[in-house]
Amino acid sequence: MDLEEAKEFKERCTQCAAVSWGLTDEGKYYCTSCHNVTERSKEVINTGAIPNTKIQAINRGLKRKRKLEKGWDWYVCEGFQQILYQQAEALKTLGVGPELKDEVLHNFWKRYLQKSKQAYCKNPVYTRGRKATVLEDNPSHSDWDSEPDLLSDFSCPSFVESGPDSQLDSRTQKPFPISKASQSETASICSGSLDGVKYSQQKEKGIVKMTVPRTLAFCYLSLLWQRETITLSDLLRFVEEGHIPYINAFQHFPEEMKLYGRDKGIFAIESWPAYEDIYKKMIEIAKFLDLPRFPDITEDCYLHPDILCMKYLMEVNLPDEMNDLTYQVVKMTGIGEVDFLTFDPIAKMAKTVKYDIQAVAVIVIVLKLLFLLDDNLEWTLSNIAEKYNEKNKEDKPWFDFRKWYQVMKKSVDEKKQKWEEARAKYVWKSEKPLYHSSIDRAVVYKRREMVVSLQKQFSALTDSAPTVEKKSPSSFQFNWTEGDSAGTCFHGHSLQGILKKKGQSLTTKNSLYWLSTQKFCRSYCKHVTTYEESNFSLSYQFIINLFSFLLRIKASSLHEEVSLIEKRLFKRKYSKTQKKSRSRKRRKY
Amino acid sequence: MSDFSEELIESKTEDDQEESYVFSGTGMSFPWLQNHIGTIATGGKKEKDFAQTTSACLSFIQEALLKHQWQQAAEYMHSYLQILEDSDSHKRQAAPEIIWKLGSEILFYHPKSNMETFNTFADRMKNIGVMNYLKVRLGEPGGGFREGTDCMEHWLWCKNNEYCYRKYLLFVYLWGICCLWTDEDDYAYNAASQSMLNHSCKTSVNLGALIQTPGVWDPFVKSYVEMLEFYGDRDGAREVLTNYAYDEKFPSNPNAHVYLYNFLKREKAPREKLISVLKILYQIVPSHKLMLEFHSLLRKSEKEDHRKLGLEVLFGVLDFAGCTKNITAWKYLAKYLRQILMGNHLAWVQEEWNSRKNWWPDFHFSSFWAKNDWKEDKTLACEKALVAGILLGKGCRYFRFISKQDDEVLRKKIKRIKKSVENHSIVNPGL
Repeated sequence: MDLEEAKEFKERCTQCAAVSWGLTDEGKYYCTSCHNVTERSKEVINTGAIPNTKIQAINRGLKRKRKLEKGWDWYVCEGFQQILYQQAEALKTLGVGPELKDEVLHNFWKRYLQKSKQAYCKNPVYTRGRKATVLEDNPSHSDWDSEPDLLSDFSCPSFVESGPDSQLDSRTQKPFPISKASQSETASICSGSLDGVKYSQQKEKGIVKMTVPRTLAFCYLSLLWQRETITLSDLLRFVEEGHIPYINAFQHFPEEMKLYGRDKGIFAIESWPAYEDIYKKMIEIAKFLDLPRFPDITEDCYLHPDILCMKYLMEVNLPDEMNDLTYQVVKMTGIGEVDFLTFDPIAKMAKTVKYDIQAVAVIVIVLKLLFLLDDNLEWTLSNIAEKYNEKNKEDKPWFDFRKWYQVMKKSVDEKKQKWEEARAKYVWKSEKPLYHSSIDRAVVYKRREMVVSLQKQFSALTDSAPTVEKKSPSSFQFNWTEGDSAGTCFHGHSLQGILKKKGQSLTTKNSLYWLSTQKFCRSYCKHVTTYEESNFSLSYQFIINLFSFLLRIKASSLHEEVSLIEKRLFKRKYSKTQKKSRSRKRRKY
Repeated sequence: MSDFSEELIESKTEDDQEESYVFSGTGMSFPWLQNHIGTIATGGKKEKDFAQTTSACLSFIQEALLKHQWQQAAEYMHSYLQILEDSDSHKRQAAPEIIWKLGSEILFYHPKSNMETFNTFADRMKNIGVMNYLKVRLGEPGGGFREGTDCMEHWLWCKNNEYCYRKYLLFVYLWGICCLWTDEDDYAYNAASQSMLNHSCKTSVNLGALIQTPGVWDPFVKSYVEMLEFYGDRDGAREVLTNYAYDEKFPSNPNAHVYLYNFLKREKAPREKLISVLKILYQIVPSHKLMLEFHSLLRKSEKEDHRKLGLEVLFGVLDFAGCTKNITAWKYLAKYLRQILMGNHLAWVQEEWNSRKNWWPDFHFSSFWAKNDWKEDKTLACEKALVAGILLGKGCRYFRFISKQDDEVLRKKIKRIKKSVENHSIVNPGL
């Protein structure tokens, strides 16, 4: 890139006698064959119209900086707004109703701005004319410039601008360097946004500071409010697969919103969102926003455990007949109750349910009820099923755990391998590199150029066929169709071999059970139980790993949920076990 | 408690490198504590997914290289390159070296790669070094050979010189092959034979072209030929060796002929062929240890020329200081002289002796040597004595000294020698 500029330099190199020059970053000539750097630097040729050299020098400096800052003035919260907007659009593409974006999410966001004193209140942090119009000025937000009709759709007493916030004005009187000029000249710490530096340093108590992960929390809150058919694990998986902007969402900011310096630390993310983390943030934000009780989750909602269990059973290729059992477990434990399921942040102990994890935990429990999963009984029952199936090829086949295990293990291992490979190849850096300041901008760009040219070399060696196949987003990661010639679909199989009649109803042949956790932790640590793999049977480990991969959560989280549901199921046993020693428990239906 | 601590000690020795346990006084271990301590070192931050995926990517590259899956390795390398932009400066600075090592290996072995791509890559890596103001240690592609690193660094800059570049490529590329084939380990056998075959085929394609280049490629040719023989390609091997030995463009290299000869011997080629090969070797290196074999071949030949040459060869061998104590040579000479003289070819002997009679006596048959040889190796002394006697007559110092010696074991032999000399000496006291 520098050769054109260095063409005019025609001397021979003192070390290697070649005539082949380039320019270093400081503008000095260097020999491209032996890398001998000379002291000769490129003279600035274009002096421009300004005759005075002093002004010339100053102007040059200013010119450069001005180029960097050409564009809008923007605040960090606007950046987050942009991201939320993009995410809402993406959700719309995935099939979510438009009300989520236009009403629910919008209102949540406005409420947040109000609560964090950034807008919609008497004296927002950014004074001097940057009032509530901060949201309506940008033409890209055409959908979002509706009247700030605050929370009219909420049934709870709506709060107004002149509410309790006005009394807390004193908080807003912070000295804030508004003058653009002064900020742009201090090149050491700077940011593309007007308040990037201040924002990253801010640590105010009681205010929840907006971060990129929290945008997902907002999204999920909206989804939950609308009771959409996307669970949190689905949402996070869509993010990882790239259907919802997150990692380099700032790339799609309008051209004029320049991002550099401190903005990098705020907007450039180098980790995927974790379930536990987003979940916690969701509750935190709901509390911060003083949200009322969410719409009820009833039996016909997607998020109700009955329906989710059905979904997951289908996804992991288990027989439909197991639905009866999941239904029973849900009923017995009371986790299908409206009051249990519905999210109420204002309640004394804000409780919310991890719908997806819970549904999967129920399935695990059902499997334990049916097969015990002690590395023994499940295989014995499989033998029986196999024998029956061989003899009675015409009838509905009995569900054979061993066959199912083999099929699932193979599929999951393949999927996991592909997933790991895709992750290893993931490109984190945005297309345009981010820099800290005008000083390191050149270095960053040069580095990027180098990386790109190296990458070109290696991509030339790979097949011309593009390996990037962006999958279309789907709620199901596995698909099993009945009537498959390979006989790998177990949906229609019967549980006859493992159930027996007991009076009017059916019960499991297996009458034993073991608890995933004997004792729950009561101290202040985050978890109520730990998961030490070696303590459990291989079948159990397989099941836990299978489902935790499905939901992209940690195995310990799933195990914990299983334990908590068992606690509800075996209430009496738990109260007794305080004193008993470790032993297998018997549980009869 | 005692059981538990025993268990702990066991597991510690197994996983010593991987985990380190934080021990409390009571012998309890807290593996989770170590993780926390680890994060304190990094400022309490959990490892970012960026770091996790890049290190996974690195493992995939290494795995692909081991399995010779060059395409896959290139794909992963494409993604791995983003580490050069890592915000963690330590990782960013360590990256060029890793990328150089792995990238050059990929570019070597990948079928679509060529000299230009390699040069461009090397250039760019240099530039990265310049940019970061770090000295990029241009290590060995493929890793593992110490000698010749300087040589390689030098060659690397000879990008405009085709010969230099090829030599470098071959040096590095085939060094690996040599290690494979000359190694005593079972590596050559353990590796999946299919991949080895593919690898060798590729090697031979590249080699075939590269060995055309004039030069001295001894260890490579040797290994290459071994490989070809291993896979049963005798014709190919013969062709390579013949080219290597006879191509005029190549510098005169005695080893080439040695290799060819050994190969032909293994193949049980006809004597004529073997003789023709060794003839050239004789002209280049008359003192070569193979000359004795050559002599044997010549001796058994039916052609007179060859038999004459056989005598020449023997004399030629013994002209050299290094062979003066070679008992086989002397034995052969003694025997052959008798044979020839009995065959009435005195003229041959005289011809050979004429050029040597001025200096051989002092060189081989001085009294010093007589005493010395007798002290060191009596058998040798006897053979020499016989030769001396034939060539110089029984009056010569050597012969007289030896014949005077009294040795139980060799008494009979000395008697025979005296008799032979009587019969065959070319020195006729009468004349």
